Amino acid sequence: MDKLVAWIDRRYPMSKLWNEHLAEYYAPKNFNFWYFFGSLALVVLVIQILSGIFLTMNYKPDAEMAFASVEYIMRDVEWGWLIRYMHSTGASLFFVVIYLHMFRGLMYGSYRSPRELLWVIGMFLYLALMAEAFMGYLLPWGQMSFWGAQVIISLFGAIPFVGDSLALWIRGDFVIADATLNRFFAFHVILVPLILVMLVAVHIIALHEVGSNNPDGVEIKKNKNADGIPVDGIPFHPYYSVKDIVGVVVFLMVFSMIVFFAPEFGGWFLEKDNFIPADPLKTPEHIVPLWYFTPFYAILRAVPDKFLGVVAMGGAIAVLFILPWLDRSPVKSMRYKGPLFKIATFIFVISFIALGYLGTQPATELFTDMARLFSILYFAYFLLMPFYSAIDKTKPVPDRVTFKAH
Amino acid sequence: MSTEGVDKSKRRFLIGATTVVGAVGSAFVAVPFISSMQPSAKAQAAGAPVEADISQLEPGQMMTVEWRGKPVWIVRRTPENLSALPELDGQLRDPDSAVPQQPAYATNKYRSIKEEYLVLVGICTHLGCSPSHVKSTDPHNLGGDWKGGFFCPCHGSRFDYAGRVYAGVPAPTNLEVPPYKYMSDTLLMVGVDHEGGAA
Repeated sequence: MDKLVAWIDRRYPMSKLWNEHLAEYYAPKNFNFWYFFGSLALVVLVIQILSGIFLTMNYKPDAEMAFASVEYIMRDVEWGWLIRYMHSTGASLFFVVIYLHMFRGLMYGSYRSPRELLWVIGMFLYLALMAEAFMGYLLPWGQMSFWGAQVIISLFGAIPFVGDSLALWIRGDFVIADATLNRFFAFHVILVPLILVMLVAVHIIALHEVGSNNPDGVEIKKNKNADGIPVDGIPFHPYYSVKDIVGVVVFLMVFSMIVFFAPEFGGWFLEKDNFIPADPLKTPEHIVPLWYFTPFYAILRAVPDKFLGVVAMGGAIAVLFILPWLDRSPVKSMRYKGPLFKIATFIFVISFIALGYLGTQPATELFTDMARLFSILYFAYFLLMPFYSAIDKTKPVPDRVTFKAH
Repeated sequence: MSTEGVDKSKRRFLIGATTVVGAVGSAFVAVPFISSMQPSAKAQAAGAPVEADISQLEPGQMMTVEWRGKPVWIVRRTPENLSALPELDGQLRDPDSAVPQQPAYATNKYRSIKEEYLVLVGICTHLGCSPSHVKSTDPHNLGGDWKGGFFCPCHGSRFDYAGRVYAGVPAPTNLEVPPYKYMSDTLLMVGVDHEGGAA
């Protein structure tokens, strides 16, 4: 065995990679609950790729056959229902995990120097994930698939001058049609997954270059022992690999409960209208994207102007990219930030959830006014951050991470 | 390796020239791939006109036909619908149809050839949903003075009985009037222009 390892190591840096990224990658010893979600995102990615590969074996990317082929998978393919529900549940849980992962970064200042690029790469991953989810949602060719895609592609039409020809180019037809479905299938099963997997690798390489942040926002690399090992660090493997397996087990329990007992999740994971085949002549009474897009959808609807609405929606995502340069606080972690930052973040979380809810509701006057208020609060959190984070009263940050052995 | 006597500017020029040639080559290769995503010849040819028999249409009723994959509405307006139109002018974004969203022969205050029959592409000019036909007598929550017209459930845009957009809603322009003509009093052809009128 040792000889085989040595033989490989002379030709490929196997042990070197193993050590650099697992056995000798020193992570802060004070990780908490919030640090499960990075590895969980990786687990969901694997679930999606595996279940997706098996779905493509029976799915037909053809406007005439797509809807029926999904029903065929559900009814006639052995265990097809399980694979399909794993894929649809995995899509929603991917966003649950990613939103919690991003919120962790927000809480503990994981986007601050030297991790700005790590955050930006993560944001590109988030964009790719949104593209992947959006294109995948067209494939069942139900009413929501069709009209959701119609609305989102029309967003590109709002761009001045080139908008209409761009939307036409994306659709490949004058309306959402077979050409659109076929190309979205190609993007969904190969182009975007490829980008996702590569970006995940880049994200992890960037993380391991700068080292993990932690709930105290203290750089463990500042405090090394004689061997050059951070005194507050422990090797990722076996310590965190074992911890993460516990998280995976709990996650899979939740995942299985949804897959087996509530795969539609009350219309939140699979919308009722999507069990009706796409009809280009009739928009469903109440059209909403899936829950993970609704905060941005609510912002879009809040603006009574086509182009500016699209700008606001794009801006809501773009502003996340520049977060590392908006936070002027001398400390990283929420634990040592002052009351202003904590209140602002609290309001932001409320706004994000409220927008998410409003995006699922009909556009009545009251709801539109509320969406406007929360959209303003959403942007205020980011755009005012350079001011309130700078004048906030922070607490002193300890030299080493706070950690009590259990 | 010694770098003495190396003409660096010549090297830079060669590197630059090679890069430019490579980039131009890549751009040329990209063209077929990008063009392949444009609507195919088949998709472009699929715009055949459709006929619509309006003999069964009662006043106040609407029928839908499919033209180029889009819903086209034909509404038989009641006299009340028509008399309500001028009253709404003040609440509209483009009451006089200044934006060319209709053929020349439908550029009038009813946006139609015959005032009784309204023909519209039933796609919201905001983000492409198909609005719902909401009569003033239908249950709705569009306010007490709603004169009837079209309401887009997606983003709340409103249109009157001539497809004209209300002010203060996300849709930027009036609904589109497709080219159409009367074959007879009860037969419409959508997709071809009315005689004597240019599109």
